[in-house]
Amino acid sequence: MESTTSQIASLSPDDLETPPLNLSQLAWQRFRRHRPAIIGLVVLTLLVLYALAGSLFFSEKYANFNDTSLRLQAPSAEHPFGTDSIGRDVLARTIYGGQISLLIGLTAVVVETFLGILVGALAGYYGGLVDSILMRITEAMLNIPEIFLLIVMAKYFGGKIPELDVFGRTFSGSVVVIVLIIGVTSWMYLARIVRAQFLSLKENEFVLAARATGTRNIEIIFRHILPNSVAPIVVSATLGVANAILAEAYISFLGLGVQPPTATWGNMLDGANNYLESAPWLWFFPGLLILLTVLSINFLGDGLRDALDPRGRTV
Amino acid sequence: MTRYIIKRLMQGIPLLIVISVVLFALMMSMGDPVATMGGRRVTRAADYERLKRQLGLDKPIYTQYLYWLVGNSWTRIDLDKDGVAETPGTRLGILRGDFGTSLVNRKPVMQVIGERIPNTLILMLTGELIVILGALLVGVYSALRQYSLLDHVVTALSFIGYSMPIFFIALLLMTVFAVLFKRWGLPYLPTVGMFDPQVGKTFGQVVYHMVLPVISMSVVSLASYSRYIRSTMLDVLNQDYIRTARSKGLPRRSVIFVHALKNASLPIATIVGLDLPFLLGGAVVTERIFAWPGMGRLFLDHVSRADTPVVMGILMLVAVAVIVFQIITDVVYAWLDPRIRYD
Repeated sequence: MESTTSQIASLSPDDLETPPLNLSQLAWQRFRRHRPAIIGLVVLTLLVLYALAGSLFFSEKYANFNDTSLRLQAPSAEHPFGTDSIGRDVLARTIYGGQISLLIGLTAVVVETFLGILVGALAGYYGGLVDSILMRITEAMLNIPEIFLLIVMAKYFGGKIPELDVFGRTFSGSVVVIVLIIGVTSWMYLARIVRAQFLSLKENEFVLAARATGTRNIEIIFRHILPNSVAPIVVSATLGVANAILAEAYISFLGLGVQPPTATWGNMLDGANNYLESAPWLWFFPGLLILLTVLSINFLGDGLRDALDPRGRTV
Repeated sequence: MTRYIIKRLMQGIPLLIVISVVLFALMMSMGDPVATMGGRRVTRAADYERLKRQLGLDKPIYTQYLYWLVGNSWTRIDLDKDGVAETPGTRLGILRGDFGTSLVNRKPVMQVIGERIPNTLILMLTGELIVILGALLVGVYSALRQYSLLDHVVTALSFIGYSMPIFFIALLLMTVFAVLFKRWGLPYLPTVGMFDPQVGKTFGQVVYHMVLPVISMSVVSLASYSRYIRSTMLDVLNQDYIRTARSKGLPRRSVIFVHALKNASLPIATIVGLDLPFLLGGAVVTERIFAWPGMGRLFLDHVSRADTPVVMGILMLVAVAVIVFQIITDVVYAWLDPRIRYD
C-alpha cells in the first residue's frame, strides 16, 4: 500500500494520464472492434483487387471476344468459369464487368449524395415554402417503387447516348445513363436525413454567431452546418454504394441496363435463367460476386455507423 | 382526427398531380406505340396517320394529358382530318374512373389490370404473411436470448439475407429444387408460371407453383423485419413496466407475449402498413424470373411497348395506395398508442 502510493507520487501528472483520444482515433477504435466491418473491408479490398488486377491477365478484347463454337462450355482449365451463350469467357467478363459495376456503384452514389445534400440542406435550412415544395417532390418520388422509376427512366433515356471513348477504352454510353438514373431515383432518403440534421443544427449558437457576423447563407450551409452532419452522410453514402450496385444488377438483369458488349455483373445475368439446366455457371459467378460485394459493403456501412454515428442506429 | 384525415387527403392531391405529370411526360417519348401495335407493323403511311389520330396520339402532349385526366367527352374531335371537329369524344378521364384503353390490345385498362391484381396479391400477401410470422418468431427469440449462439447465427444470416439480390436466391432455389431434384429423381418444384396448363388452374396447382417465388421474395424482407423486431423487442424488454410485471410475479410467458410484444409491435405495424401498398406493384424481378402473370410483369410488358394508359394506370394505382395506406397507418398508430395525437 505504502509502496504504490509512493510510486504514483513519483510520477509526474503527465505520465499518469494517457493523452485523450481525438474524435477520429475514437471512431477508429470503435470501428476496429466491429469484426464484421473489418471482414467486410478485407473482402471488399480483395474484390476491387480482383476487378483491377484481373485486367493485367486478360485484355478487354478477350473479354468481349466471342467464338460461338465454344458456347456454353462448362468450367475447365482454359475457361475456369466456363463460357456464355455466345462463347465469351465468363471469368474475363466478371473481371471487366466488376470494374463497370463498382464504377457505377461509386459514381451513382456521388450523384445521389450531391442531390440528397442539395435538397436536404436547402429544405432544412430555409424551411417554409422551399421546404414544403422540396419535401413534396421527395414524397412524390418515394410514392413510386424505385424499380418502376428505374424501368421508366431506363426506357426513356435508353439508346440515346452514343458509345464513349475514355482512356482508350470504349464504353457503352448506357453506363452514363444508368449512373444518372440510379442517382436520380435514390437521393430521397439521404435528403430526409440531411434535412433532419439541418433542422436541429441550425438552431445552434454557432449558426446564430455566423449569421450575426454577416456570413452569407451559402457559406453557413456548406462551411458551418454541413461539416457537422458529415457522419450520417458518410454512413448513408456507403450503404448507398451497395444499393446502387444492386439497382444496376436489377435493371441490367431486366435487359434495360448497360448494353453489351460492355459487361457488368448485372447484364451477365440477363437471360441466364434460360440456361438454368445446361449452364448454371452463367448466373452463379456474377451473382455470387454481386452478393459478396453488397454484403461486405453493408457490413462496412454498419461498422461505420457504429464508429461515426452511434445515435443514428435505427435497426 | 377527421380534420387530420381530410387535411392529409388534401395534401395528397397536389402530390398525385405532380407524379402524374412527370410520369406522363416521361411515357410520351418512350417510343412509338403504333409501331408495335398488336404485334403487326403498320406499313402504309396513311394507315399510320389514321391510327394515330384515332388513338389521339397526334395531339400535343398537354392535350393528351388533359384527355387522360378529365376525358374528352365534353368536346368534339376531328377524326377524318378535314379540319372540322365532328365526332364527340367518348373518354371520361381518370378523374371520372376511366383509365382509358390499352394501346396494345384495345381492352379497357381497368380490365387488363384487374385480371392481374389477384395473381399479384396471392403471391405478395402470402409472402408478407410468412415474413411477418417468421420475423416475429425469429426476432422475439433472438431478443430473448441476446448474444446467444443462435442470436449471432440469426444476425449473420439476416445480414446475408438483407444483402441477397432476389435473382440470386431465386436462381439458386430453381437450380436446387427444380433442376437438381429432377436430376436426382426426387419430386421437384415447378419454376415457371402459375399452373400447369394440362392440369388447369386448380388451388393445388397454384400453391405448388407459388412455393419458390414466395420463398425467394420472403428472404430479403424476412431478414430486415426480424432485425427490426429484435431491436424494438430489446428496447421494450428494458423498460420499467416489464420489470414491474416481472417483479409482481406474472408468468414469463404473459410478460413476453402480452406486455412486451404488444408494445414492441407498434413500430412494426407502421413498417407493415407502409410496405403493404408497394405489394400491389408486385415484385418485378421475381415475377419476371418465375414468369408469374402479375402486375410487375404486366408493367414490364407494357412499358416495353410504350402503352401509356396501362403503365400510368398501374403507377397511379400504386401511388394512390401508398398515400391512402400512409394515412391509415397514421390513424391506426394513433389508435394503438393513445399517447399520439395529431392536432
